[in-house]
Amino acid sequence: MKKADNARRRETLDIAMRVVSGAASLIGIFFLGWILWTVARQGLAAFNIDFFTELPAPPGVEGGGLANAIAGTAIITLLATLMGVPLGLFTGVYLSEFGKSTRFGGMVRFTMNITMGVPSIIVGLFVYTLLVLPFKHFSAYAGAVALAIIMLPVVARTTEDMLNLVPNALRESALAIGMPRWRMIIAILFRAARSGLLTGILLAVARVSGETAPLLFTAMSSPYWMKGLAEPTANLTVTIFNYAMSPFDDWKQLAWGASLFIMATVLGVNILARTLLRERTK
Amino acid sequence: MTRFHEYLSEHFETIFRWFTILCAGTVLLIMAGMFINLAWNARLAIGEFGLGFLWSDAWDPALNEYGAFSSIYGTLVSTLIAMAIAVPMSVVIALFLVELAHPTVSKVVGSAIELLAAIPSIIYGMWGLFVFAPIMAETVQPFLQETLGLEKVPGLGRLFTGAPMGIGMLTAGLILALMILPFISAVMRDVFAMVPPVVKESAYGMGSTTWEVTHKVTLRYGIQGIIGACFLGLGRALGETMAVTFVIGNAHRISPSLYDAGNSIASTLANEFAEASEPIYLHSLIYLGLVLLVMTFFIQLAAQWWVARLKKSMGAGL
Amino acid sequence: MSDVKLPLYGEMADPTPKISVRGLDFFYGDHQALFSNDIDIAPNRVTAVIGPSGCGKSTHLRVYNRIFELYREQRVKGAVLLNGENIFAPTVKLLDLRRRVGMIFQKPTPFPMSVFENVAYGIRLHYAVSKSELDGRVEEALKGAALWEEVRDLLNRPGTALSGGQQQRLCIARAIAVEPEVLLMDEPTSAIDPIATAKIEELVEGLKGKYTIVIVTHNMQQAARISDFTAFFFKGYIIEFGATKQIFTNPHNKKTEEYITGRFG
Repeated sequence: MKKADNARRRETLDIAMRVVSGAASLIGIFFLGWILWTVARQGLAAFNIDFFTELPAPPGVEGGGLANAIAGTAIITLLATLMGVPLGLFTGVYLSEFGKSTRFGGMVRFTMNITMGVPSIIVGLFVYTLLVLPFKHFSAYAGAVALAIIMLPVVARTTEDMLNLVPNALRESALAIGMPRWRMIIAILFRAARSGLLTGILLAVARVSGETAPLLFTAMSSPYWMKGLAEPTANLTVTIFNYAMSPFDDWKQLAWGASLFIMATVLGVNILARTLLRERTK
Repeated sequence: MTRFHEYLSEHFETIFRWFTILCAGTVLLIMAGMFINLAWNARLAIGEFGLGFLWSDAWDPALNEYGAFSSIYGTLVSTLIAMAIAVPMSVVIALFLVELAHPTVSKVVGSAIELLAAIPSIIYGMWGLFVFAPIMAETVQPFLQETLGLEKVPGLGRLFTGAPMGIGMLTAGLILALMILPFISAVMRDVFAMVPPVVKESAYGMGSTTWEVTHKVTLRYGIQGIIGACFLGLGRALGETMAVTFVIGNAHRISPSLYDAGNSIASTLANEFAEASEPIYLHSLIYLGLVLLVMTFFIQLAAQWWVARLKKSMGAGL
Repeated sequence: MSDVKLPLYGEMADPTPKISVRGLDFFYGDHQALFSNDIDIAPNRVTAVIGPSGCGKSTHLRVYNRIFELYREQRVKGAVLLNGENIFAPTVKLLDLRRRVGMIFQKPTPFPMSVFENVAYGIRLHYAVSKSELDGRVEEALKGAALWEEVRDLLNRPGTALSGGQQQRLCIARAIAVEPEVLLMDEPTSAIDPIATAKIEELVEGLKGKYTIVIVTHNMQQAARISDFTAFFFKGYIIEFGATKQIFTNPHNKKTEEYITGRFG
């Protein structure tokens, strides 16, 4: 058989690809650094006591803050978590414990995977038609429902995966001492998988707290403090969108501040979730 | 104990089971609800324009003429740019993280890329509008046009004509690429890391270089996960709203040049929803949303079908 | 501690060893796993490497094709001469070394591609062949691995769809397709059933006329059945090395005797 005289070509290609892959990673890191740096620099300039305590000021007026939007985002995210997490958790329980190989279970799993790929703006549009159009007003609860719908499949997927990791022997030994199944799930499985579950929930919360598109048509925005759940509610991300697109420099400044605030929160929760998981797997 | 309590404790097992079934059922309800609700609330536009909506490029709120074509076109083109850049880059980044980098470097870079994936899209939009777009306008676009002379290349040159404004299809595609890059890379890295060391060793044992092992064995071994990652990235790119809305320019037109402003379905929804005063305008926007929902639905469907098919053809060992 | 006598092959027509190992030390980070190993591997014979688990058998084998270099914490000292040339010399091309020294692993490792593509993989890397020549080479390699009759109609099926024993023979076919000089086998039958094992042992007997074979095994009957020479490893040292018949009937070293009579291991 004729040996190919290609060793040098193959090795050169290999080295070239090594260089390319190192360079691509550097580019990724470079852009991350650039974005973080820009947001931090511009955002820090907007941070002061007023930013966290005051209502927005009209354009041109000195000062003003985004206290109402910070509160609004916190409340909407909290409400979404209260709805989305239990729903997702028990959907995951169903998929892993009861409906593993049933037709209904397969259908739910399939639909869940598809739902995860539905753009968040479509979820916003759906909730708009569901909770805003019929009642003729934007509301915090509509925003929360939209975020909860985004959380649900994420939490359900991680719950299913995490419960699948729990060895069957643990289930059997709990059932063998006469524990009912529901108690086995809550007392044994949840405990065995708790760091994984917590990580999944934290990541889901982090993800929705940075969402903008689903809130555009649901919670919308407001320059005032919220008085109830059934009215348009200020929130950080929609405020960023509105202020960044505005022609006023001090509003743009506030938008950068809001960006830094939301980015720091999201990244902080992410890092927290990952360390939690790492501690556990050690 | 009251009779109710007795009943409860006796049947709690069944109640609990049905409760979880109920929760699982909401997933189906939500999916069905999305299609039904959007279709119902788009009924005026569906009745007025029918399927012709899809290929009509009219968009005139003054005359109440609406068509989805320019939005669909913009969505597809920006997604295409993003995928063409992000997918190959993700492959080599995963290669770097799993095969080449020192473990400490790999851990640091890997975490950084995971964080990049967690940054909310509105931040990409802000950064894109205020930092990236001006650089595109002043440096990158003139460089491509003049220094590289791309404008004068027959055929291809049409993509690079027009005034370098910074805002437009090309910038939107690049920001989208940057956004989905960490997402796809993170999944690909996990896929690469899952290939059993002994399979890689035996490829090296045949006298393969690292790159040969990667693209002939690792990539094929992980093809399921990689396709899955690409489809997820594709789904994200198609429906991404904020990162695109800031930089695409929001013009309802179809231009061969990537320098020109365009619009995507998501950006149109984000921009014009507040202005939709007439019912037909609102219904047209919701119809647009329905089109996007159907697009992503079929992409997810294709992804799942594809993965199932691969599982069959590659054998159970994968 | 060592009872190794070199050279060993006075009675053979060509006594030049295929591989000579001199003063080989091996380290996993700070942990030393092999201690001044000396051994000569006879050409076109089967050399078995036995010893209790964790004694360094596989580690030793993984030096011959420098596959250990994939892991940055692993390093060696000493020399391994293939046809008299040190494999660590800068003139030795790593890719070609690995073509000349093929390796079969404990578990079958078919690549995620068709049976045909698996065998063609190495040929395409190292040789310039036409399509028809490639077909011939693949067939020849599969025949050489005693697999052709079983897979001739399954060439386009995924390699992973074969049975465990067939997969292992596919890996052997893939290795011999690139015309190696040496075949390293790292417990090649430990993951497959007895009938498939018998087939592979038979195959090894047939292959030794063309290739120099070094086989790591924890199955002493297997070593006795198929090998011409046997090296006994213990705690990183080569305790005893000699003709298989001698090792199994009249071991010089007490540890060797204890091991082959099953008193430990």
